Amino acid sequence: MSGKTLYDKIWDSHLVKEREDGTSLIYIDRHLIHEVTSPQAFEGLRMAGRQPWRASANFATPDHNIPTTSEERKQGLEGIKDPVSKIQVSTLDDNCSEFNIFELKMNDLRQGIVHVVGPEQGATLPGMTIVCGDSHTSTHGALGALAHGIGTSEVEHVLATQCLMQKKMKNMLIRVDGELPTGVTAKDIVLAIIGKIGTAGGTGYTIEFGGEAIRSLSIEGRMTICNMAIEAGARAGLVAVDEVTLEYIKGRPFAPKGALWDKAAQAWKELVSDSDAHFDSVIELQAADIEPQVTWGTSPEMVAPVTGAIPTLENEADATKRGNMEQALRYMGLSGGTAIEDIRLDCVFIGSCTNSRIEDLREAAKVVAGKKVAANIEMALVVPGSGLVKQQAESEGLDKIFIEAGLEWREPGCSMCLAMNADQLGAGKHCASTSNRNFEGRQGFGGRTHLVSPAMAAAAAIHGHFVDVRKLA
Amino acid sequence: MKKFTVKSGLVMPLDRANVDTDFIIPKQFLKSIKRSGFGVNLFDEHRYLDKGEPDMDNSSRPLNPDFVLNQARYQGASILLARDNFGCGSSREHAPWALDDYGFRVILAPSFADIFFNNCFKNGILPIVLPRQTIDELFSAVLANEGYSLEVDLEKQELRRPDAPGIRFEVDAFRKRCLLNGLDDIGITLEDAELISAFESRWREQAPWYFAQSDDGVTES
Repeated sequence: MSGKTLYDKIWDSHLVKEREDGTSLIYIDRHLIHEVTSPQAFEGLRMAGRQPWRASANFATPDHNIPTTSEERKQGLEGIKDPVSKIQVSTLDDNCSEFNIFELKMNDLRQGIVHVVGPEQGATLPGMTIVCGDSHTSTHGALGALAHGIGTSEVEHVLATQCLMQKKMKNMLIRVDGELPTGVTAKDIVLAIIGKIGTAGGTGYTIEFGGEAIRSLSIEGRMTICNMAIEAGARAGLVAVDEVTLEYIKGRPFAPKGALWDKAAQAWKELVSDSDAHFDSVIELQAADIEPQVTWGTSPEMVAPVTGAIPTLENEADATKRGNMEQALRYMGLSGGTAIEDIRLDCVFIGSCTNSRIEDLREAAKVVAGKKVAANIEMALVVPGSGLVKQQAESEGLDKIFIEAGLEWREPGCSMCLAMNADQLGAGKHCASTSNRNFEGRQGFGGRTHLVSPAMAAAAAIHGHFVDVRKLA
Repeated sequence: MKKFTVKSGLVMPLDRANVDTDFIIPKQFLKSIKRSGFGVNLFDEHRYLDKGEPDMDNSSRPLNPDFVLNQARYQGASILLARDNFGCGSSREHAPWALDDYGFRVILAPSFADIFFNNCFKNGILPIVLPRQTIDELFSAVLANEGYSLEVDLEKQELRRPDAPGIRFEVDAFRKRCLLNGLDDIGITLEDAELISAFESRWREQAPWYFAQSDDGVTES
């Protein structure tokens, strides 16, 4: 009998009950909550007269609707101009207080994007099962946790029962071998992976990311990769636990301390796939082949290396794909054959649960230091992922570097990744964005998104079009 | 959850792959704290010519005549015929809420995104995966025949078409039972409350680090 994958191990350790048809009851250790997908779930609890099964397993923070200018933030809830957004944020406050759930409120220094804050607070631990009414919950897999997004009905289900009814996914291993070239980042790896397997390539699987190039990444980099597992179709992405993982977690507020830490750390070292584990699918990439990536269309799989060009319709044999390309190019106002470096930009967004951690901001700051944003860039936002990331960046002087270069330095939140707050991309505008989705209208009605790494977004801000960051060094 | 009682329905084709949940219901409508009323904003950015906002009077907005949902022949459709990877992207359950509120109760596609697929069952919507060739046949049939409808027999797991043999489909036994009987998932799980408690006690002993900190009563400073 073959060994177990990391996914098998976490699944097995959380199995409460398995039905005949394979539908299983899985225990959930941590439930993360934000304001957008939870109000109907709390309302459901109230209507059924139910209480949370284990209130302390829940951890909440508002992020999607939060304004990001300091002027607005100073006014607290009153600073949220949109009355509907304000109700959603205050409803989260009310629900957390009614059901005795830990919440980092809007103006708590520790508030931020839930997927940045969870790991930062140590609320994300290896071997946990973690869910949240948000598809980017896959982020937390970077710490060796089984984490995925759920809908609002399941948010209510987890609140009420501390369990989820699920069927086990298949196992996929994506191995990125060799050393990552200079100027190529975690974001480029994951975009290259999606370009290779497509946005449905991981559907039905839990993806474990491995290989030297993944192992050598920081936890921040691994989070960027796992964050976009969902863009490859997989609900959950995972990276095995190693010393880097333990180093990251030690001493964080929710992490175990003292003797308990020693025991936990010992147990967590087992959270790797056995050498003889069976994967249903194995995908291999060579790190040396990966270049900085830029998406040109309206799906993350529509991606090309910065040195390349937008593919031409004639070269696409598959009729459905050709139709999709045509639709995407029409929406983007671009044509096949255009060199990626010739795409002119109007806006830059550095932020989101994909790329708003301290390391991302350092990489972007390095590129813009001592330079000025190009004249054709109308808006360039830097939105840190949490209040603590912001504080850290300011202590390193990164805020000044951005401001002097002509970028705006904002307060933490989801911001223009999905534009539920006031930060929106205008119709027809092209944006170099470090976020995760380039869908039509995602960053604003009619907006045109190009997904890139923080360094590539920063370089685009300075030059007004895409440039290969590797040439700038 | 309401029972799945659909017997037959008019089919509307949406000939586009990778329809994401932003396409199904744009983010500005996610600010609602309710579960209903999303139907008028289903496919908002494609259905209307202007930008929609939550409090608008949708009846006076300009419709996009080219979008399939606005075509006279598809009014009253309850079966959505779609392409690959339908429902990809965000986990928002507002997507099935909007589809259901509009009147779609069955979705046919060669493949679905996992979270969306799961969310459908929680809302009495039946997503059916069919071979790509069958989907292609259905697209041709729908486009060629105005008023093209299908009979849906969830009990027998069969779709019946007017012009060709019936199509057998797969559905999880457990999900089928929930749909047919309108069962409440939470109620079913709570029947196993003792099992959950027993698991929890064991787990707390085996891995106390997952319980220690938060149970110590961490409160906001």
